[in-house]
Amino acid sequence: MTFAARHFRAMGSFQRSFLMRSPEHTAEFARALGQHLKAGDVLLLEGSIGAGKTHFARALIQSRLAVPEDVPSPTFTLVQVYETPDCDIWHADLYRLTDPAELVELGLTDAFEDALCLVEWPDRLSDLAPEDALRVKLELTETEGQRALVLSGPESRRAEIAALEAAA
Amino acid sequence: MAEHFRILGIESSCDDSAASVVEGRPGAARVLSSIVEGQASLHAAFGGVVPEIAARAHAERLDGCVMRALDAAELTLRDVDAVAVTAGPGLIGGVMSGVMLAKGLALGAGKPLLGVNHLAGHALTPRLTDGLTYPYLMLLVSGGHCQFLLVKGPDAFSRLGGTIDDAPGEAFDKTARLLGLPQPGGPSVETEAAKGDPRRFRLPRPLLGKSGCDMSFSGLKTALLRARDSICAESGGLTRQDRADLCAAFQAAVSDVLVEKSRRALATYLELQPSQPALAVAGGVAANAAIRTALERLCESASVRFVAPPLSLCTDNAAMIAYAGLEMFQAGGRADMSLTARPRWPLDASQTPMLGSGKKGAKA
Repeated sequence: MTFAARHFRAMGSFQRSFLMRSPEHTAEFARALGQHLKAGDVLLLEGSIGAGKTHFARALIQSRLAVPEDVPSPTFTLVQVYETPDCDIWHADLYRLTDPAELVELGLTDAFEDALCLVEWPDRLSDLAPEDALRVKLELTETEGQRALVLSGPESRRAEIAALEAAA
Repeated sequence: MAEHFRILGIESSCDDSAASVVEGRPGAARVLSSIVEGQASLHAAFGGVVPEIAARAHAERLDGCVMRALDAAELTLRDVDAVAVTAGPGLIGGVMSGVMLAKGLALGAGKPLLGVNHLAGHALTPRLTDGLTYPYLMLLVSGGHCQFLLVKGPDAFSRLGGTIDDAPGEAFDKTARLLGLPQPGGPSVETEAAKGDPRRFRLPRPLLGKSGCDMSFSGLKTALLRARDSICAESGGLTRQDRADLCAAFQAAVSDVLVEKSRRALATYLELQPSQPALAVAGGVAANAAIRTALERLCESASVRFVAPPLSLCTDNAAMIAYAGLEMFQAGGRADMSLTARPRWPLDASQTPMLGSGKKGAKA
């Protein structure tokens, strides 16, 4: 695929905005989105410290586990891997990474192919970010507990993700 | 009297590679050597810890660590009774490096192999450092975890509660990030807090009103962010005093939560009527003078001994693995060549998970 073609494909994307009224509402949304994700999907979680990225990931992961278990913040360990009935889920926090080459060492680029990956601080991926990744961006609003959520992704996921409108 | 043993310990579950030799018997052992190779401090200047994530890095360093640990103890592999290794939980590549090395050493030297839970290593450290008797109460802070454990035996742990989201150390690191202070956040926030007024900003004490020993620190981070942004909006920036006051408010909130939850954990623990009651606090939390003093005061009022093992034995190290191995060895535990690395390995599998169990955060 030429650069132009790839660029064009990347342009074919959708974007939807939602208002999360409370932490529990954000968790519900995460669980609903989780229903649509499978092995090979990559969800990039964007937002500043305290925006709720880990909260979002935790709710999503918990909803996919057969046997409930702790979902600690991956800030220290970089990656936490969960086995679920459908596929492995990788929960990564790339804040501490300095070189994208470390991602290959971590096995994250391989996991992009065969696991469901939730990635916090995805800017560290630079050009290793899969072009068909879904993105959730969380931002604080004026109201405490509330978050502005922007979901974006490739055109191919639009119909399936539209189902989330009902959940939101 | 129990026999004396010498155990070689190997640890590689996170950033650091470590090896150690511990000698003695359960409750009365000493560290002959403890080698830790990491690089956290080298990178403090860059505003964050650069992780040695590659399993290869552990593989390259670990055998050297073992040699240095044996040399420092003036021993050879022949002189140890068993090889203990962290078999989880942790980063799988690192844990695998350690397990492979331990298997090779055990097989080559004809020594028994012991697979140790990294968290058990932390939880048993007060037995190594202070000879605590079972049962004791432990506030264990490690990696992303922070939990109250009743330690009733070398492999008998009950979790009374813990953080449902961030660990306090992570909250300190992120507070430092939010306020432009150097990493690691524990010492830099503490230094600022000492110059600040903890009463100027009122930050929430999450879950304080809830019964039980669960804690939440994630919402505190958001509250701090809001306080910071409102000062910036009003006066166009943060003064040094603003920053010190924010640090003081943050530290006071963490301290209040830890003290109140420790009080409740102690009440549950004391129902067991321990003959020599003790609370052991492991990890960076005990390195914070304000929090430590508050916890010491609590223990004093409850007539409970307060123990905080030295920080070098609370951060990742192999002496704790060797010591936990010693207790296992004494009890007849042995692993074989089928020992595998376990990325997740809860100490108390009987308890339902806390992290993300649907419990509410700061505002609930």
